[in-house]
Amino acid sequence: MMADVTALALVALLLPAVSFLILAVVVPLRRLGRPAAYVSLLCAGGALAAAALAWRGAAERSRLVWDWIPAEAGPLATIGVLVDHDSTSMLLLVALVAFLVQLYSIGYLSDELPYALGRYYTYQSLFAFSMMALVLAPNFVQLFIAWELVGLSSYLLIGFWYHKPAAARAAVKAFWTTKLGDVGLLIGIVMLWRHTGTFDLTELQAMVNSGTVAAAGLSVMTFCIYLGAVGKSAQFPLHIWLPDAMEGPTPVSALIHAATMVTAGVYLLHRTSWLFALTPEVLAIVVWIGALTALLAAVLACVQDDIKRVLAYSTVSQLGYMMAAIGAGFSAAGFFHLLTHGLFKALLFLGAGAVIHAVGSNDLSRMGGLVKRMPQTAVLFIIGSLALAGIPFFGGFLSKEDVLGTVWEGGHVVPFAILMLVAFLTAFYMFRVVFLAFFGAEALVAHAHAAAASSADHASAHGAGHGPGSHGSDGHAAGGHGIPHDPPAVMRLPLWILAVLSTMTGAYVTVSGPELFLGHLEHEPTSPAWLMPAAVAVAGAGIALAWLTYQRAVLDAERLASSMGVLRTAALAKFWMDDAFEAVYYRVFLGFSRMVGWLDRYIVDGVLNVVSEWTVVGGDKLRAMQTGRAQDYVVAVGAGLLAMLIWIGWGR
Amino acid sequence: MGLQAYLVLSAVVFCLGLFGVITRRNTIGILLGVELMLNAVNINLVAFGRFRGDLAGLVFPVFAIAITVAEAALGLAIVILLFRVRRTVMADHLDLLRG
Repeated sequence: MMADVTALALVALLLPAVSFLILAVVVPLRRLGRPAAYVSLLCAGGALAAAALAWRGAAERSRLVWDWIPAEAGPLATIGVLVDHDSTSMLLLVALVAFLVQLYSIGYLSDELPYALGRYYTYQSLFAFSMMALVLAPNFVQLFIAWELVGLSSYLLIGFWYHKPAAARAAVKAFWTTKLGDVGLLIGIVMLWRHTGTFDLTELQAMVNSGTVAAAGLSVMTFCIYLGAVGKSAQFPLHIWLPDAMEGPTPVSALIHAATMVTAGVYLLHRTSWLFALTPEVLAIVVWIGALTALLAAVLACVQDDIKRVLAYSTVSQLGYMMAAIGAGFSAAGFFHLLTHGLFKALLFLGAGAVIHAVGSNDLSRMGGLVKRMPQTAVLFIIGSLALAGIPFFGGFLSKEDVLGTVWEGGHVVPFAILMLVAFLTAFYMFRVVFLAFFGAEALVAHAHAAAASSADHASAHGAGHGPGSHGSDGHAAGGHGIPHDPPAVMRLPLWILAVLSTMTGAYVTVSGPELFLGHLEHEPTSPAWLMPAAVAVAGAGIALAWLTYQRAVLDAERLASSMGVLRTAALAKFWMDDAFEAVYYRVFLGFSRMVGWLDRYIVDGVLNVVSEWTVVGGDKLRAMQTGRAQDYVVAVGAGLLAMLIWIGWGR
Repeated sequence: MGLQAYLVLSAVVFCLGLFGVITRRNTIGILLGVELMLNAVNINLVAFGRFRGDLAGLVFPVFAIAITVAEAALGLAIVILLFRVRRTVMADHLDLLRG
């Protein structure tokens, strides 16, 4: 049975790779668009089935590895799969979200030109493969390679509409920012290898368990590894790339935020939690940074007017939660939250995609009253919001409570208080979106009517909306589409699947605990009895505040906002974080580059140019000596001989 | 007359030859200069052979003269060939090696 499980995991891993290779090599197929999508979808479906079977079968740790870089004393680096409860749970999440996103994209990107669609699915397959390779990595080498591949494919997908300058910039920013962390990860891995002599996770864990790993200097290594996670999982201060990554197509955002890319950092820390347990000082940093990230992002999410940006910041915030739990020393709670979050965040993003697709804009102020036009989407989105807010029986309830309990139990009182505040803010900003987008006045319908009235020929507007000009914009042009409506079945189906799964798991774990995902845990966090009611009350208060402000208008939204004063100004400016990075980038890095450029141009090149100039001029001068007349040479020989004779004679 | 007088004569002939080699514009004149320089060497050899009583000093010029003859023949042949190709034997005009 063991062998079967590893084989299944291997199949799940290789199917997206096969799909990627087919689409990358067989260019005519890729150019066709739709058929390419079906190939990718088929492989993703197969991978999902294999992952599900592997998940059902995984009981204890088993591995299947091949030597890759053989060394004299055994294989230095191996390549293969490491299958256990955690990795198969994660594998299932990745496969599920990847499959549903690909399915959804068929509807969402139906306006794309065929070759662009083919390119999109090529990247999607690569992304799924990279993430699965990361999840199943049995050692740090494969993990790092997959880690970089994940970064590469997210770069490609964020910049999918590369002709949009904002998207191209966002892609570069994502790549650049995460790369900062990746350097730390690489250094950490190499240092750890020098320290212990192995890359292998299983060997390393055995060494840690038997206590043969010297603690001296270990905290530097774990901190370096943590840096990698900071970049990938968008922790403060490297969170700045993630909101910008919204420039990609919405399904890509769902994929990046729910199952791949950002979860990689959390997964890495969970995977190596036994190593981090040796360095409590680093874990303390993890808790604090996690809590700070959660708070910062939650505050930022409250002031965003772009529906996708709200969700992006909420992802950053939830990642902070996960990191805080890991830092508190009980990484399973963070991992559990990662899994439940993956489901409902994919749901929220795909739901937001449906809204954007229908409305033609990301702007909350252009939505409103959508519940009448797209009731199914509204229901689904509210399910996702309830899950994110942590309401009992919905997806994120128990996992969020676990995180809070863990941090409390770990004795981190201040981070715990911060996280409670974040829970309140989370409920508030999610329901702010819900009330603004789905209830209230129908802002867009009036707008659409005006647009239809002003354009004399509705059909021509529709035609223009589908022309080449509209490719690269999220959704249709509003004027061309008229009244918003629920998305087509191919987009609705993934939403329903996610909603049902999220709610089912939420309800199930609320009743029976998280064993379904995490297997048997030796150590359950024993959260105090008051925690659960308190967490629910806080979430309820957040929802109530949003309801009073944006639905009942008992509280004036403007006055509420301005009562926050400086905080609001700061939040609107993203706490100047982006500005700070930009300033550092422009001043320090570009300044340094300019200085190096100047040095190269005028000092290094300058010396060379002067020397070469001298050579050329000197040669020009010297060539006059070569008259070519034999007699002149004889004179020179004679004079030289004479000089030598005189010189010899002088010595006597 | 002692050895010194012969050596001075040899040096004078050598310098005359060198002067001719350096200043003559005609290639044949240059060859004549070379002959003078070679014969200055011969005078040297003979003078040392005579005053030191060393037969080698007398034998050596015989070889040198033979080689000089061959050299003169070869040199003149080259000059003739040169004249056929370049239509001149003036050394100033033969500056293909100029840089």
